[in-house]
Amino acid sequence: MSSRDWPLWEVFVRPRRGLSHVHAGSLHAPDAEMALRNARDVYTRRQEGVSLWVVPSAEIVASDPGERDAFFDPAEDKVYRHPTFYDVPEGVQHL
Amino acid sequence: MTTPVTPAGFVLGLADDALVSAQRMGWWISRAPELEEDLALANIGLDQLGQARALLTYAGELEGTGRTEDDLAYLRDDRDFRNVWLVERPQTDFGVTIARLLVFATWQSELYAALASSADLTLAGVAGKAVKEVAYHVDHARLWTLRLGDGTEESHRRMQDALDAEWPYVEELFVADPDAPIDPATLRDAVLGRVGEVVAAATLTVPEVAPSVGGGRRGLHTEHLGHLLAGMQHLHRSHPGVTW
Repeated sequence: MSSRDWPLWEVFVRPRRGLSHVHAGSLHAPDAEMALRNARDVYTRRQEGVSLWVVPSAEIVASDPGERDAFFDPAEDKVYRHPTFYDVPEGVQHL
Repeated sequence: MTTPVTPAGFVLGLADDALVSAQRMGWWISRAPELEEDLALANIGLDQLGQARALLTYAGELEGTGRTEDDLAYLRDDRDFRNVWLVERPQTDFGVTIARLLVFATWQSELYAALASSADLTLAGVAGKAVKEVAYHVDHARLWTLRLGDGTEESHRRMQDALDAEWPYVEELFVADPDAPIDPATLRDAVLGRVGEVVAAATLTVPEVAPSVGGGRRGLHTEHLGHLLAGMQHLHRSHPGVTW
């Protein structure tokens, strides 16, 4: 069996409780159950995580690099979208 | 009430099973069918090596001769090893590796689970840690047995051949040892029950074969162990006390 027969999976590792899953890399596996175990063996053998997600790479819908300007540049001059734009009134404790 | 002393020979047997199996697993490094499987088998071998180190150290203490884990691993000849025949024969076929791991890890899983509540606190500690490791080994072997057994015509045939090849060596795991904290003979039904379920689910058949003569627990081995030890011990014997 060659790896050309095995689909590619993307691996997401959550390093600690409370943090979110972060993309760690990819691997080949014949099915989801084995992909999860391969992810455990390839990406968490040095205690990198407490939770794993695997997603078929083919299922990921990615933005097109050619559309990058249209997608992301318009946000450039909207500084007021950052929470730091607003002054926090004095005396407010739970914001 | 005094706690019965665990026989050193029993601990040495478990240690040698794990050590020799780890060495066989190491053979797969760079040879496994896939990179991911290469890492999985290496991880399993490293877990077994860790168990062997703790058990060898404890066996040395029980002996009271001052032998360390390295003395026991590297400076004994094959007649002084106490491992079962199941683990010492070559496993250059992936199906054989999986069939053997299914049996061996399931046996270790039952044994360590029982030892984890043993009155021997050192052994209970080692076993308690190992239980989680071997649970993963059993799972790995189970998943591959299901996929190969219930896979293609060729994978089914080769997985059944592998079970047939390993089965004569299964009974030696259950040779009675009444002085041991857990008599391996008492594990037989539980181990074979669990293995049998996986084999049946994989559309395979539990072989009906006569057991081999065995004798590993008494220091009698196949010709394969000497070759394995030559590779494993060569560096330490050529350069005594070498570290890196």
